[in-house]
Amino acid sequence: MTASLRIVAAGPGLTVQDLGRPGHAAQGLSRGGALDPLALHEAAALLHSRPAAAIEMPGMGGSFSVDIPTRVALTGAPMKATLDGAPLRWHAAHPIAPGQILKIGGVERGVVGYLTPGAPIATSPVLGSRAAHLNIGIGAVLQSGDCLPLSDDPAPSRPACHLPGAGPFGARFNGGTVRLVPGPQSDMFDDAQRAALGQATFVRGPRSNRQAMQLISQDDPTWHRAAGDLASEPIQAGDVQITGDGTPFVLLAECQTIGGYPRIGSVHPADMGRIVQAGPAPALHLSFIGWEDAEALLASHLAALARLPASVMPLVRDPADIPDLLSYQLISGVTSGDDLDPTAR
Amino acid sequence: MIDPQALPSAPTGQPQVLPLGMDAFLVRFAPVFAPQANRAALALGEQARSLAGVTEVLPALTSTMVRFDIPETTDRATARAALQQLVDSRDWLALPDAPARRAWTLPLSFDGDDAPGLAHAAEQAGISETRAVEQILAAKPRVLAIGFAPGQPYMGLLPENWDFPRQGTLSQVPAGALVAAIRQLVLFANPSPTGWVQVARTSFRPFTAGASDPTPLRAGDEIRFARASADELAGLADHPLGGATQQDLT
Repeated sequence: MTASLRIVAAGPGLTVQDLGRPGHAAQGLSRGGALDPLALHEAAALLHSRPAAAIEMPGMGGSFSVDIPTRVALTGAPMKATLDGAPLRWHAAHPIAPGQILKIGGVERGVVGYLTPGAPIATSPVLGSRAAHLNIGIGAVLQSGDCLPLSDDPAPSRPACHLPGAGPFGARFNGGTVRLVPGPQSDMFDDAQRAALGQATFVRGPRSNRQAMQLISQDDPTWHRAAGDLASEPIQAGDVQITGDGTPFVLLAECQTIGGYPRIGSVHPADMGRIVQAGPAPALHLSFIGWEDAEALLASHLAALARLPASVMPLVRDPADIPDLLSYQLISGVTSGDDLDPTAR
Repeated sequence: MIDPQALPSAPTGQPQVLPLGMDAFLVRFAPVFAPQANRAALALGEQARSLAGVTEVLPALTSTMVRFDIPETTDRATARAALQQLVDSRDWLALPDAPARRAWTLPLSFDGDDAPGLAHAAEQAGISETRAVEQILAAKPRVLAIGFAPGQPYMGLLPENWDFPRQGTLSQVPAGALVAAIRQLVLFANPSPTGWVQVARTSFRPFTAGASDPTPLRAGDEIRFARASADELAGLADHPLGGATQQDLT
């Protein structure tokens, strides 16, 4: 019998996501995959594995169970989580036994959380990826009662661990300044327009989805520039499109591959997590940086990514979190010591 | 309208190599559509695939995106220099029109709900609806680029009277919608909002997730349209390729 992860109760919009399908842009297929790939790298560090398929949870989780002993990594936007009623730390991996109920509630900060089982999700890949890409008919939204097949967990009994302080990328759930690099169409905007964009304050708009994130602002969109008869050009995740009424949209994982709206710049890869995880409240600012700074930033971002496994620490339970502390045998194996001494026989 | 002063190059000018994110570059042959720029974009794309460290090439209407394995295999300066050398190696905009190697015949219905924008498009093109249908059926456009959504073709060019702009307000079109603007046709793979005008509908789907070739159209293919009734179109939905046929021209 195949092991499985059961979605006992599904929150809205749950999908399976991995790192997507790179390399298919010439066929019109964007990379897709997790909105916040950093969360998959964090899960890999916590599970001592390679980045693998996860359940992406946009805002709300659900209830889950497994039928083999394994572990679950909880990464991305922090959400309330319990295992059989006991609170679970986020940015952490925990053992889970068959039949236990993992409940994941709403996000506390950020936008999208991830549940990654230590027993890898083993659904059939399409074009090399298990990621749902809904607007082109690959995969489906997970429903209550669905079961996802799992492979074997290589280390089901590895103890709980966590990323202290949410790890090196833990600041990405609070909004802030998002750095832009110039793109092929930046010069079609004048200096005053780019400066105006840099001075404006934005928040996530309601017309945001896996394809793009709407940035709304109270400021006058003097950065607007009509597309005119400009030929549509290749476009990719991170590009900041200025649409017909001046509203910027940041393209995300499931974006189109060719686009006609002028693009004022591109979000630096190091700040994609910050923009994707900015909820409706925190303010966002856009700031152009030069290529020298951009390359240094990329190098430090990749170095931080490489340091993720070293950031993982064992998770020591706070005794105050253990409701039935007195039922635990806290001291065991006390002997006279003779049995440990081979010469005492 | 676009300000020509703000545009970095004219179709006959020097191609530009421009940064696109941290690991890709865009080679732009022209800012607005021109057939010679489209040929240049496709031809450069073929050659760029063999540059050291290239991971992905996307030829579009008048520009080509080239992505490199940066920083693992190469760096931005080296990659850009290699691409610039390829761009400088020949006069890409002087390439002659090459004949299509493949032709497709797609069934097309202009009936009722299949062509909600036909009257508007005909008016924009300054002709009767009957003449508009005739011009589309006679056009035999080429696939200029694949993109926006999987397998989705940009096709052209239609006669000059079809040079009307995309609409300011978006309308929702169904999968299989054939839409027109700026002398081009686009065939939508999925239901989508668009500023293009729906003039017909086909039972062919440019993307089928589980198929051995999920995106059968290629840039450069010739497209021929065969008129079908709405009923005939509905009957073709279950046929392989939605009743579309392909022939080799070589």
